[in-house]
Amino acid sequence: MKRINTGIIMSLFAFLLLSASGCTLKPWVKPYERMNLADPIMSFGRSPVADNYMHHVYQAREGAKGAEGGAGGGCGCN
Amino acid sequence: MHRIEMKSHPVLFRISGLSWVRSTVFLLSASFSVASFAAVLPKERADVMFHSYDGGGVTINGPSVLVRKNYLDKYSVTANVYVDNITGASIDVEILASEYTEERTELSLGVDYLVNKTILGLGYTNSSENDYKANTIYGSVSQDFFGDLSSVSFTYSQGWDEVSKTDDEGFGSRDVDHQKYVLSLSQILTKKWLMNVSLQTDVDEGFLNNPYRKYSALNEGGIGREFFDEIYPESRTSDAMAIRFKRYMPNRAALGFEFRAYQDSWGIDAYNFDVNYTRRWEDNWIFEVHHRWYSQKRADFYSDIFAFNSQQNFKARDKELSTFVSGTLGIGATYEYEPQEWGFVEKVAVSLLYDKMNIRYSNFLDAREEDSVGAGNESKYSLEADIIRLFCTVWY
Repeated sequence: MKRINTGIIMSLFAFLLLSASGCTLKPWVKPYERMNLADPIMSFGRSPVADNYMHHVYQAREGAKGAEGGAGGGCGCN
Repeated sequence: MHRIEMKSHPVLFRISGLSWVRSTVFLLSASFSVASFAAVLPKERADVMFHSYDGGGVTINGPSVLVRKNYLDKYSVTANVYVDNITGASIDVEILASEYTEERTELSLGVDYLVNKTILGLGYTNSSENDYKANTIYGSVSQDFFGDLSSVSFTYSQGWDEVSKTDDEGFGSRDVDHQKYVLSLSQILTKKWLMNVSLQTDVDEGFLNNPYRKYSALNEGGIGREFFDEIYPESRTSDAMAIRFKRYMPNRAALGFEFRAYQDSWGIDAYNFDVNYTRRWEDNWIFEVHHRWYSQKRADFYSDIFAFNSQQNFKARDKELSTFVSGTLGIGATYEYEPQEWGFVEKVAVSLLYDKMNIRYSNFLDAREEDSVGAGNESKYSLEADIIRLFCTVWY
């Protein structure tokens, strides 16, 4: 099976973002429309210590690792 | 670190503990850095957690304490102390060694610096026990785009581990180096939808196997298992991609979905799904439920039993490298309270989360049955685990 090449995808991803940042794209969700999104239950990692604990429970039992997503939203670092 | 009862093979008693430790070395190193949908420092908080894992003959529990404090509206400092107390005897230990007890302590420190819409992070983690030392540093940068609709972060971490082997001075100390590259995008899609995409590449080099574990091969008579020290490749490159969605639902609830795919240079292919639902109830309660399904194909050099000892160069019998599926069902409840007259305390929460994990191995056999049914004819192994997290959080 062909391996996922995250290096190429990361580079492409970064290039697109840098390119797009120079455009005049306007936010389509206004700040005052984000009340529901700001609710902590919408967080990808609401409880840092508990979430990270589960990540390493999985890593200890599984061959896969990485891209778990980080406490706080976009970090994904571990 | 101390142990109990080293009965027959003292150098083997550490079999399942090391795999647990190795997986945790990086986890707390950079996981408290910041990336949200607006470049602001996270809220100050303190978490005190008791964690417990009980399954497959092994019990692991201990405390974890996390404190975050902000300064000058620009700096956010975190500190975390995490302890694992490991006791018991997994199936590997039952076959080749005896029950053990040990402790691992991990300390993490991190600082985030906010400048305009960018957050820069630096951190350090040290993990220590008598036969495994690990030091990790990381740096991260997070940037908001498009009126804070998008948040992109990049993290690089590097780790240096030292592996030794108890009661075997001839083993000496072996080095393991780790590098991680993580790119993550969090995106507001609509007024109700959020998305996160994460990409991660890991490069691990050095002594990557567990010095206590062994593979098995048929003996000369071809009727019994004979065990030998495992032989792993000295490098591993892995790639993982994950996509997650969250949707705000009626009745103050949220529905989440996650998919992750993973591949590495050892031949492991894996993917997992997770569906979760979180709901507020009345003013103070939050209830949550999730189900996770995971599937994995074995590493190229894994076999439950090799036909003969010189069958191939690299040989392993770690069940974590075998073919298996697992399911995890979790439930949880949180009670939140916002005191009016507690001084600097803004909110307090107490949470209890419970997960039940089931793992069914396809090609890892229960070698404890060898004497009764013969090598290679044993039943497929499976395990169940109960996982508990009880924690209190204070925001201030």
